[in-house]
Amino acid sequence: MKPGQRVPLIFALLSCLGFYYSDMSPSFVLNEVITRFIRDGVMVLALIIPIRAGMGINFSIVVGALCAQVGLILAVDFGLGSLSGILVMALVGMALSVVAGLVIGICLNRVKNREMITTIIIGFLATSIYQLIFMVGYGTLITPTNPEMMLSRGIGIRNMVDLEMFRNVLDTLWLFKIGRIEIPLFMILMVCGFALMIKYITMTRLGKKFQVVGESHEKALALGINVANVRIKAIVASTLIACLGHLFYILNIGMLNVYTAHMNTDIFSCAALMAGGATVIKARVRHGILGIFLFHTLFIVSPQAGQNIFGNPALGEYFRSFVAYGTIAFALILNARSLAPGSKKN
Amino acid sequence: MKRFGVQIPQVFIIVFLALMVVLALGLDIPMNWIISDALVRLVMNGVLVLSLVPMLKAGIGINFGLPVGIIAGLLGLCISVNFRMKGLWGLSAGMLFSVPVAIVLGYGYGAILNRVKGKEEITATFVGFSFIPLMNFFWAIAPFSNPSMLWPIGGKGMRPVIGLKSYFAKALNHLWMVEVMGVKIPVGLLLFFAVLCLLLVVFFRTNFGRAMTAVGENEQFARLSGINVTRVRTWAIILSTLIAALGICVYAQSYGFIELYDAPLMMAFPAASAILVGGSMGRHTHIVHVVIGTFLFQTTYLISGPIANEMMLPEVAEIFRLMITNGIILYALLYEGGKTS
Repeated sequence: MKPGQRVPLIFALLSCLGFYYSDMSPSFVLNEVITRFIRDGVMVLALIIPIRAGMGINFSIVVGALCAQVGLILAVDFGLGSLSGILVMALVGMALSVVAGLVIGICLNRVKNREMITTIIIGFLATSIYQLIFMVGYGTLITPTNPEMMLSRGIGIRNMVDLEMFRNVLDTLWLFKIGRIEIPLFMILMVCGFALMIKYITMTRLGKKFQVVGESHEKALALGINVANVRIKAIVASTLIACLGHLFYILNIGMLNVYTAHMNTDIFSCAALMAGGATVIKARVRHGILGIFLFHTLFIVSPQAGQNIFGNPALGEYFRSFVAYGTIAFALILNARSLAPGSKKN
Repeated sequence: MKRFGVQIPQVFIIVFLALMVVLALGLDIPMNWIISDALVRLVMNGVLVLSLVPMLKAGIGINFGLPVGIIAGLLGLCISVNFRMKGLWGLSAGMLFSVPVAIVLGYGYGAILNRVKGKEEITATFVGFSFIPLMNFFWAIAPFSNPSMLWPIGGKGMRPVIGLKSYFAKALNHLWMVEVMGVKIPVGLLLFFAVLCLLLVVFFRTNFGRAMTAVGENEQFARLSGINVTRVRTWAIILSTLIAALGICVYAQSYGFIELYDAPLMMAFPAASAILVGGSMGRHTHIVHVVIGTFLFQTTYLISGPIANEMMLPEVAEIFRLMITNGIILYALLYEGGKTS
């Protein structure tokens, strides 16, 4: 059996076991999974293009998330509400993430073969810069227009920014109820729309270029493709999608945890993608969609299952962090072997 | 072979350090305290930084999987505390107990990294990351019996922070402490570090050590001259893991606490940053880089704390530290990448 099928199967098995021991009601789990699907779906999809372009997992989608948060904070700072606010934050975030994506792309063109570790470090660095701006810059160099979001000492933004005016703007659009299961149709369609868009991109000329660059740089050069340029485009697209994905995530929660909301988005998105059967060199949209369901089901049931099996909910927590990191480690170990010289199969 | 070409990170950190020393003087932060603390911190973190050397020399790259070695050391320390061993003997016992654990873990870790040639750094990062929650499982159900290590309520599972005050806190720090003009010099601690560095230098002069360097410089050539590359790489990884285990023992006694659970998660990055500040460039790594790098890096860490406190912004120090840590690693990655392409 190919790893593309084995990994999802293991996840399905673990999820079923976890679900059985957790004693949760199916409708609760389903509701939670649907929520997670609209929260994290787009973020997972953001990883697909760089993998197809042979750049591995783009852990710097964190930077896209940060751009979204900057847009959001600005919108709140200027007191923009509901739809116009959402539009402004999306535009600001997208503009920022294009710039950030360009910078990251240029960096990554210098570090061929070490892209993944570089993107991790870029994510960490961007987090520090972001924290510096909002914890220190605000109130000293930048004067806020909305004093309510500031800490009482006058420097730095509060840890939590309430997004009351945006809460339930998008989630309640076209909300259906089937029995006890809530289906926010608009958001589901949005995520599916992104999935289709990425599917479409992979079929365009640009998508084919990603594919060729991902297979071999020599081949791409022989075909007259500007490899560096294509790689930058892949990262810009990824950062941009990540920015929008994170916007969905925060709007769904309805609360911005200014300094920590973006953390681990890269790890969890990536683990979800790998759970769906993607590898470090091969990713499809359906891996992403399947992965979100499998990974998040396991994520939801494992603390309760840990409580019921071992009498300690912390063990379930450890188990799920292990699953998140371990899935990525496993995918890396598995693929580097198939990349090794001598074995020519994917 | 040795390269001491001054790079932007060194210049930056030296300027930053000088600036902070001036600031510290302006804020009346006592200099003798800073100097003695800087010496302690040099060794406290220096051994962990030293542990990166074998893997760098063997061409495996920066050991971002440092948590693997750290956990071996933590396990050794916990066994020692469980037997209620005290003072230097307790610390030595902890180190001794961690040796077999480190060898076993290092062997497994090496087997993994040997499968992923060319992608060792990213794989190591995630092996380290995923090993932590796995060990959290163990810490939560570990069969230790000394109540000062267990949760006070329920008496099951390890505490996240174990105080070493009544065991071997500062055992090595206070060994042969000499005071010169108000500056406390931890002679025993410095000697321990010096001996460890010397041992590593001697090791790289032996035939096996030379083979390790040869593998790092040109694997193909090394293979053609009859060196078993996989075996040498495995030993380099075991050696790195082993020194990291000793490193956390020194760190814990100096800090006065054993930190379990998620504490080691991010420890690899400051260590990597320190060796890069020292001037290490991939295979061209020297013990001198470790000493210079750790000293510069840790002293900036040390001074930034009280300065930020004086300026009423205690989080700034931490943000700056992280920024420097990751900025230096990123610079090194970009610089090395730029050379080859």
